Amino acid sequence: MLQIVFVLIIYIPLVLLVGRYVYQVTMNQKTVFNSFFQKIENILYKITGVKQQEMTGKQYVIALLLSNACMIIVSYLILRLQKYVFLNPNQIENMEPTLAFNTVISFMTNTNLQHYSGESAMSYFAQMIVITFMMFTSAASGYAVCMAFCRRFIAKTDRIGNFYKDFTRIIVRILLPFSFVVALALVWQGVPQTLAQNQTITTLEGKSQDLALGPIASMESIKHLGTNGGGFNGANSSTPFENPTALTNVIEILSMMLLPGACVVAFGLMIAYRKQPHKHVVIGKQGAVLFTVMGALFLIGLTAIYISEKTGNPLITALGIDQSNGSMEGKEIRFGIEQSALFTEVTTAFTTGTINNMHDTLTPIGGMVPLFNMMLNVVFGGKGVGLMNMMMYVLLAIFLACLMIGRTPQFLGRKIEAKEMKFIALCILIHPFIILGFSALAVSVAGGVEGITNPGAHGLSQILYEYASSAANNGSGFEGLADNTTFWNVTTGLAMFFGRYTSIILQLAIATLIARKPEQPDSVGTLQTDTPLFGTFLFTIVLVVGALTFLPALTLGPIQEFLTIR
Amino acid sequence: MWQQLKVALLITIVWMGICGLAYPLITTGVAQIVFKNQANGSLIEEKGQVIGSALIGQTFEQDQYFQSRPSAIAYNIYEKNTENKEGVRSGSANYAPSNPELMKRIEQDVAQFLQQHPTVEKQQIPADLLTASGSGLDPHISLKAAKIQLDRLHETTGLSIDDLKKIIEQATDSRSLGIFGEEKMNVLKANQQIYRQLNS
Repeated sequence: MLQIVFVLIIYIPLVLLVGRYVYQVTMNQKTVFNSFFQKIENILYKITGVKQQEMTGKQYVIALLLSNACMIIVSYLILRLQKYVFLNPNQIENMEPTLAFNTVISFMTNTNLQHYSGESAMSYFAQMIVITFMMFTSAASGYAVCMAFCRRFIAKTDRIGNFYKDFTRIIVRILLPFSFVVALALVWQGVPQTLAQNQTITTLEGKSQDLALGPIASMESIKHLGTNGGGFNGANSSTPFENPTALTNVIEILSMMLLPGACVVAFGLMIAYRKQPHKHVVIGKQGAVLFTVMGALFLIGLTAIYISEKTGNPLITALGIDQSNGSMEGKEIRFGIEQSALFTEVTTAFTTGTINNMHDTLTPIGGMVPLFNMMLNVVFGGKGVGLMNMMMYVLLAIFLACLMIGRTPQFLGRKIEAKEMKFIALCILIHPFIILGFSALAVSVAGGVEGITNPGAHGLSQILYEYASSAANNGSGFEGLADNTTFWNVTTGLAMFFGRYTSIILQLAIATLIARKPEQPDSVGTLQTDTPLFGTFLFTIVLVVGALTFLPALTLGPIQEFLTIR
Repeated sequence: MWQQLKVALLITIVWMGICGLAYPLITTGVAQIVFKNQANGSLIEEKGQVIGSALIGQTFEQDQYFQSRPSAIAYNIYEKNTENKEGVRSGSANYAPSNPELMKRIEQDVAQFLQQHPTVEKQQIPADLLTASGSGLDPHISLKAAKIQLDRLHETTGLSIDDLKKIIEQATDSRSLGIFGEEKMNVLKANQQIYRQLNS
């Protein structure tokens, strides 16, 4: 328990500090090393031909979609042709079309669902120029959209911010420097960073062992900082070369918690400084409410996983074996239950999708929590996007509360009207629609059912998990699922694509509508959204909507499995 | 529109160069200079020969060595000169807790373990020796799992229990910063000590 508490205690000051930095980057303010960063950015603007004019919401979305489309096409070509390019010391073949389609969508949408195994399907060149590159750009895209979204809530115009400028500033000022430092810390602890080919060594018993090397550390750092989650190796951060010690485990955990939390802090600061620009604020009342609600959901999930995994697999206990260390199937000794439980909760709450233990082997309740986190998709969530999803629930909660007490629903002085509510409802409904719709399809066709590798209720959990992970752009998996088939590559590719872009487009549309509205002065009758009471109400709304939508599916999957082996 | 497309394309190419080439290559350069050993896989040598990595586990089948945890990929170890080897992998069999295959595997392993360790009772076997790690490459076993093999090793190596305990101690990795993670024994490092004692 102690080491979990310790990590969370380190996190709080860190996230407040970085949140302020993110706020400065978002609001185009001066940051540390300002003139240095500014020079680099100016050079980049010149080369890429970016004119820094302000964009409307619509222009912003178009710029995002165009640039992402370009990245998808170029990367797809590289994966299909990687065999012929340099930096391929392990002689990896070209990637098959449906797998390449799935992979580029997966990395561009910040999902990092992997239907391939890195050590055998990717050349070093592809690992760097496609995977590492997309880890930066998908994170920067998501975060840029979040900036645009947040700014519109406090601005008086819809013409604000430039996608390419935001994108550039995020990578130059946040992602690149942070990644470089974290990468070196990881190498210090033992993560390889080399262009040499895999080694074959002779063991003490005279047999051969293959060691998979590569430029791992440079990918490992952005994988977590950008809440990407795609592993260099098949077994992701459970492989010792990606995550060699408990210390790297803590570094990786904090890396993925850092920026999604910082977004919430930055948004809190935006709201607080809007009215009182000169007062000193730590996070702001509204920010504190959002952060607390997310934090509470996070802690409940964490506790459930920890208890369930610590108790162990009842079937193994029944066999009469010493299971005092907890359920160790699929887990690493150096992490034990505590570091594994924390990692699992963080990777699904903050939608990173990296894993340090096999989620498929988690005990039923221990596996249900990550599944539920992704179904909610608002417990901090992936970079930026989680905050936007939470804002959908905030607006919904305001609307419902105002209906109950008979007031005009408004947030930060802007009325929430019929058109916005339609978009919000659509936005909240798309997520379950993708997960449950595709799951229903998968269980009814042979191509889907063939992927199942665990019998009984757990088979359904495997399917639900795969689509929840895709739609939430998480990317972890119940990895037993035999998913490198045309059916799974195509359907999860679509789930990731729509999960990402439909929400982003709808959410920016909502922000645009809000930004165009005149600001109403607060009156005595206005619903206060920065109080503990509203926080509690929001928490309840999130759980009720989430539970109502997904409870039937969860009952047939993990809950049934829990009851079977109890 | 054409103007926008041009910017999008330029953004793609320029950032590919920076994030996809410059960043990993610079990191590689710095890492190779500052942390040469770690950057190349923390390899362990014995008499000038590389025998493995301090971070990657191995299976040991011979009687005089500590056993590792089960692995779905056999730790990427194979007989020399094998033609159809599977290629380098990582991962587990992904057995759900309710999967009958899991129990089958554990029961088989229990029977084998009890046969190899006649002084051990079933209730004493720590579960980590019977469960596969997530990566299939776990270099560690718990201290309990190491100590339970002592009687067998005493028998097969002829080393005294005290010497063997010393070996466990030497190969024990403590918690990071004294707090994070668990206490555990590195199997390869322990077996390297045994190898030295037997071949000295």
